Amino acid sequence: MDFRVNEDQEALRDGVRSFCEGRIPLEKLPELEEKNAFDRELWNEFAELGVFALRLPEENGGLGLGAAEAVLVFAELGRYLAPGPLVWSHLAAGRIAGAETGETVVGGIDLSRGEAGPHLIEYADNLDVLLVLRPDGVETLDPKTLALQPVGVPLDPLTPLMQVESLPSGERIGDHALLARLQDEGAALVSAMLLGIAEATQTLATAYAKERQQFDRPIGGFQAIKHILSDTFVRQEAARAAVYAAGATLDHPEAGDVLRTVSGAKVIAGEAAMKNSRACIQVHGGMGYTWEVPAHYFLKRTWVLENSFGGVEDHADRVVARIESKL
Amino acid sequence: MDLRYSETDEKFRSELRAWLEQAVPAHGTPPATHDWPARRAYDTGWQGKLFEAGYAGINWPAEYGGRDASLTEQLVYYEEIARANAPYIGVNFVGMLHGGPTVIAEGTPEQKERHVRPILTGDQVWCQGFSEPQAGSDLAALKTSAVRDGDDYIVNGHKIWCSFAQVADYGELLVRTDPEASKHGGISWLILSMDTPGIEIRPLRTLAGEGEFSEVFLDNVRIPVSNLVGQENDGWRVTNVTLRFERGTAFASEMYNLQELLAEVARAAKKVTRHDASAWDDRSLRREVGHIQAELDALWAMLKLSISEAGETGVPGVGASAVKLYYTELNQRVGELAMRVLGRAALSRENVGALPSRHFLHKALQSLSLTIAAGSSQIQRNIIGERILGLPKERK
Ligand SMILES: Cc1cc2nc3c(=O)[nH]c(=O)nc-3n(C[C@H](O)[C@H](O)[C@H](O)COP(=O)(O)OP(=O)(O)OC[C@H]3O[C@@H](n4cnc5c(N)ncnc54)[C@H](O)[C@@H]3O)c2cc1C
Repeated sequence: MDFRVNEDQEALRDGVRSFCEGRIPLEKLPELEEKNAFDRELWNEFAELGVFALRLPEENGGLGLGAAEAVLVFAELGRYLAPGPLVWSHLAAGRIAGAETGETVVGGIDLSRGEAGPHLIEYADNLDVLLVLRPDGVETLDPKTLALQPVGVPLDPLTPLMQVESLPSGERIGDHALLARLQDEGAALVSAMLLGIAEATQTLATAYAKERQQFDRPIGGFQAIKHILSDTFVRQEAARAAVYAAGATLDHPEAGDVLRTVSGAKVIAGEAAMKNSRACIQVHGGMGYTWEVPAHYFLKRTWVLENSFGGVEDHADRVVARIESKL
Repeated sequence: MDLRYSETDEKFRSELRAWLEQAVPAHGTPPATHDWPARRAYDTGWQGKLFEAGYAGINWPAEYGGRDASLTEQLVYYEEIARANAPYIGVNFVGMLHGGPTVIAEGTPEQKERHVRPILTGDQVWCQGFSEPQAGSDLAALKTSAVRDGDDYIVNGHKIWCSFAQVADYGELLVRTDPEASKHGGISWLILSMDTPGIEIRPLRTLAGEGEFSEVFLDNVRIPVSNLVGQENDGWRVTNVTLRFERGTAFASEMYNLQELLAEVARAAKKVTRHDASAWDDRSLRREVGHIQAELDALWAMLKLSISEAGETGVPGVGASAVKLYYTELNQRVGELAMRVLGRAALSRENVGALPSRHFLHKALQSLSLTIAAGSSQIQRNIIGERILGLPKERK
């Protein structure tokens, strides 16, 4: 057992980080927002970076890496609020032609808990294929055949939405086994993005607390602020451990309980992102309540991710179901 | 990022498990909490058995009789100790986690000879005399004085919250040897033999009703200069060496044990009737248990990460503060949940019908000490804020 991020993994993570830092730094968010978030060129660059083909075998044009690497990559994408249906297209790679190269933009919606319409579909305007998780399997739909209605103002300015009253059944591409797999992998990747947000908001708030002066000293010198920030760090560390554990266990199921570890990660990372984004706004004071300071983007994206692949309650229920049999 | 244990680790696990399966039941049940001589005998007897089986001082260097196990074997050890419900380290805590490692790191050959092996075998019990009434979190404010008189120091002062003082053979004592020096500059670390004349021990009752710690009054106590560990006036540095050992894996088995306590809480809920159903039928309770289990799993993963990241040095980084903070506050939440599941049965310290009030209340009350002892939660937040995040420092 060596739970550390190894050198190759570090290099991969640093590569994605520096790509994002150069291409979509926080200052560029308003620009992306004007483009209605989806940027085809950027999407192709994500594909070149290997975001979609990461876990495909090398002989199929992939990078042949595992879930451990995928959570590191998605944590960086989360940290930079990267736009687009990244998780869905990653899950579709190798299953839907063209997803791995970015040619086919695959989005999705999780209705596996029997959710009734109307349904909100992310990036619906930009999708070539819509994956639908149903309670008993997985289907694909052609978004052009759907009666999509515009949603005027989405909560997350970087996650555009369309609405549809109900979704007809589509073409079945897999049964329970595929469903379970996509649920676990999707939840793990979304947890990783939430981890990225928990880290980003901690970093942003800490930097501001060192620089902003009130009462003739940096506000980070006030214990009330310092302790808020220490708590954001603790939550970030718990989320990091939980998300890494999810990646490592998906790669080697014999090392633990996949479902329990993945759901645990969704609970812990979801709460860390939610609480840290709120703390980030609070530490920024009045500026934190403005559109100008990027803190709000993180909280809004957190709400999107919290509602992707099951929320805190759903995953707490899944964890307890796993331990219940052992009581 | 690999969580698989190696074959060597698994072999170590199965040997240890087999040994624990016979050794734990054979050691019998723990004596009553107020019976200190019996508790000492029980705890040190267990330490002796660990020693004979080669499991004492799992992380101690081999040249001092320890097992010098790899970091992953240590994790396996804590998991198995917790899983087997083995006796708690108890009165051996200070010797095994403070005094022993400090003497190994800083002591003279004579001091090592006199203390290291007896601590490991359970023949020598230590207590900690650091805190004073006016020096708790602000430990360096300590006033107990030590004045040189020939080959001795003459020590006067008042120590407080000394766990296990009433059964200890030795104490690690912090004293002020230079009253003129700076606050942190005039402190020394001494070994106190607890049978020296002039020591008075007055037990303090904890809120759990137990006699776990005491006040220790020192009235012209003579301590030989040869009992000085490290240099005179260099005690603050030595103290930091001592406290470093406590921060690492000292509470690892307790962390793992919390999973069992949570399972017991769930089992108790099945026995409680509320609204014509069992409390376990209450979805919000089950959900809370799932939530806490997720946090306990995250805690264990955090410990694994912190141990992996400490790497070969084996010295926990400041990140250990995050683990301590997370663990202690989580422990209190489990305690509180246990009390809520008991409902009115939580009003009794003895079992009520089929409900384990005795055990749950013991755990819930004891958990209140964890956010105070070994650096309070507030102090841990200061450490994280200043040493990890680089925020402006408090006044010292
Ligand atoms: C069960 C138990 C066993 C113990 N065993 C031993 C032992 O064997 N030997 C020994 O020497 N000591 C022992 N202690 C003592 C322990 O180390 C002290 O209680 C601890 O250091 C806190 O000091 P204090 O009690 O004086 O509280 P104080 O320092 O007075 O703290 C009171 C409150 O103020 C807060 N506070 C203090 N300073 C700050 C600050 N700078 N910023 C923000 N908040 C602050 C604290 O967090 C706390 O909430 C034990 C304590 C307990 C509870």
